[in-house]
Amino acid sequence: MGVEKKRFLNQFEADGLKQVVPEDFPGKVIPGGNGGNFVVTTLDSVINWGRSNSLWPLYFGTSCCAIEMMQTGAPRHDFSRFGFEVARPSARQADLIIIAGTIVNKMGPVLRRLYDQMAEPKYVIAMGACAISGGPFYYNSYSVIKGADHVIPVDVYIPGCPPRPEALLEGMIMLQQKIKTENMSHKVNPIDGFDEGKV
Amino acid sequence: MADQELETKIKTEEYFVNMGPQHPAAHGVLRLLLTIDGEIIKNVEPDLGYIHRSIEKMCERDSYQQIVHLTDRMDYLSSNINNEAVCLAVEKALEIEVSDRVKVIRTIISELTRIASHCLWWGVMGMDLGALTTYFYAFRDREYINDIFEETCGARLTMNYNAPGGLMFDIHPNFVKRTKDFIKHFKTKIPEYDRLVTGNVIFQKRTKGVGVLTKEDAISYGVTGPVARGSGLSSDVRKLHPYSAYDRVDFKEALLTAGDTFARYEVRIMELWESISIIEQLIDNIPEGEIKATTKAVIKLPKGEYYQRVEAARGELGVYINSTGTKNPYRVKFRSPGFSNLSVLNHITKGSKIADLVATMASFDFVIPDIDR
Repeated sequence: MGVEKKRFLNQFEADGLKQVVPEDFPGKVIPGGNGGNFVVTTLDSVINWGRSNSLWPLYFGTSCCAIEMMQTGAPRHDFSRFGFEVARPSARQADLIIIAGTIVNKMGPVLRRLYDQMAEPKYVIAMGACAISGGPFYYNSYSVIKGADHVIPVDVYIPGCPPRPEALLEGMIMLQQKIKTENMSHKVNPIDGFDEGKV
Repeated sequence: MADQELETKIKTEEYFVNMGPQHPAAHGVLRLLLTIDGEIIKNVEPDLGYIHRSIEKMCERDSYQQIVHLTDRMDYLSSNINNEAVCLAVEKALEIEVSDRVKVIRTIISELTRIASHCLWWGVMGMDLGALTTYFYAFRDREYINDIFEETCGARLTMNYNAPGGLMFDIHPNFVKRTKDFIKHFKTKIPEYDRLVTGNVIFQKRTKGVGVLTKEDAISYGVTGPVARGSGLSSDVRKLHPYSAYDRVDFKEALLTAGDTFARYEVRIMELWESISIIEQLIDNIPEGEIKATTKAVIKLPKGEYYQRVEAARGELGVYINSTGTKNPYRVKFRSPGFSNLSVLNHITKGSKIADLVATMASFDFVIPDIDR
């Protein structure tokens, strides 16, 4: 990869395609692709296109939101239009956890284990008020974790109790847009520093 | 060599398999500790608490109007029936007589909820047994009911439509027409369900004679709902202790005596027809009347204990309220159908195969937040 990249870059410069910045340009020019070069950014866009359109969710529903999640997969809303239809029962085959429901203290370690079992890259959608903040169980409850982001890092939050299928679809499309901005050269693992509170 | 001789020569040993809490056939986060010998189940021990949300304890800090919205999240598939149970208990304590209009609307919405719940059960049971088509068929029809609910009260699943003393607001002008349209549509769909699944040889082989529950066991384990009725135990609260408008409609209690998984399946299909018949009897003559009886802004129940039982989609739901005369209850206890039904699982699946356990569990139709609360 390294050798190829170098050769290609030399070719790129030899063709006179180097970006010319005027001397008196007031701002700072950030190269395209967040610092990546032509090869990497092109590869990125291809990989991100593939990743974002074939996200495999995990069968993970703890309570009411699971019904709306199933309804989103059902004929009228049909999330397979966006590449989400291959729901996997095993965390090792999934790319995405849709946390559909309340996470209680006893379930917290299980959720974390499922997240750790997933292969990278992995994404998390917090669906519904319970997964965002504890929702209706925020006050006076002794057993509910007040938000799934105390356990694992979350990419997209979808409010509602439960959210409508359209809202879930919107959240899924937002996640796809987020994936499309990723790049390989500056890969960040969301769990790094999560337990220390740095994220 | 005779098979028996071979069997004695193979040495087997019991081992332990963890089913759940994240398992697609567990319908949520139920964890079963299975002790198995080969494929034969020796013991099933449910481990609960993975979705225990302390609803009963939270009720002690809430006012009586606020309790209603928590019950939606208990058995979310029969949300309106749960709401109704709490409201009926509070109304019983306050000795409020709600108008006929409220009674009839509550009954219709509860029966629509029951149809939606049984639809989902039918789709998921097929999925558990390896038929994905049922899921698409059932959810297609369920969406029509969600539309009706949405137009009536704004929510699709957790409705919170009942309030102590009546309903939150009146039905939408389109309600009657849409419900009639749905009934007309759904009447053509149940035979389709039958053609697809009920008569299927593979389905029958996997369900007939599997997970047999006798009537005596059903009584001693406190099993209720379609599971008990599949074993010939008459337990329909709508029939035995009528509430709301069930005393003015004519319907049959679905009863079968086989007690196996297929009988439980058939009972639920029969209940779909009965629910349709109940709605048809009521939908044309919803009486006029007040939508909400006047209650005080802060409801205080007189000192004492109150109990109300209703027939939820999974069985008998009991609401026990202990009041000391303040604006909060002293103790609220829900007798949920799923908890009692789960207790019999070990008894009837011992000695069967793992695949039979999945079929039996599918016919029990567990909702885990209902069990854990």
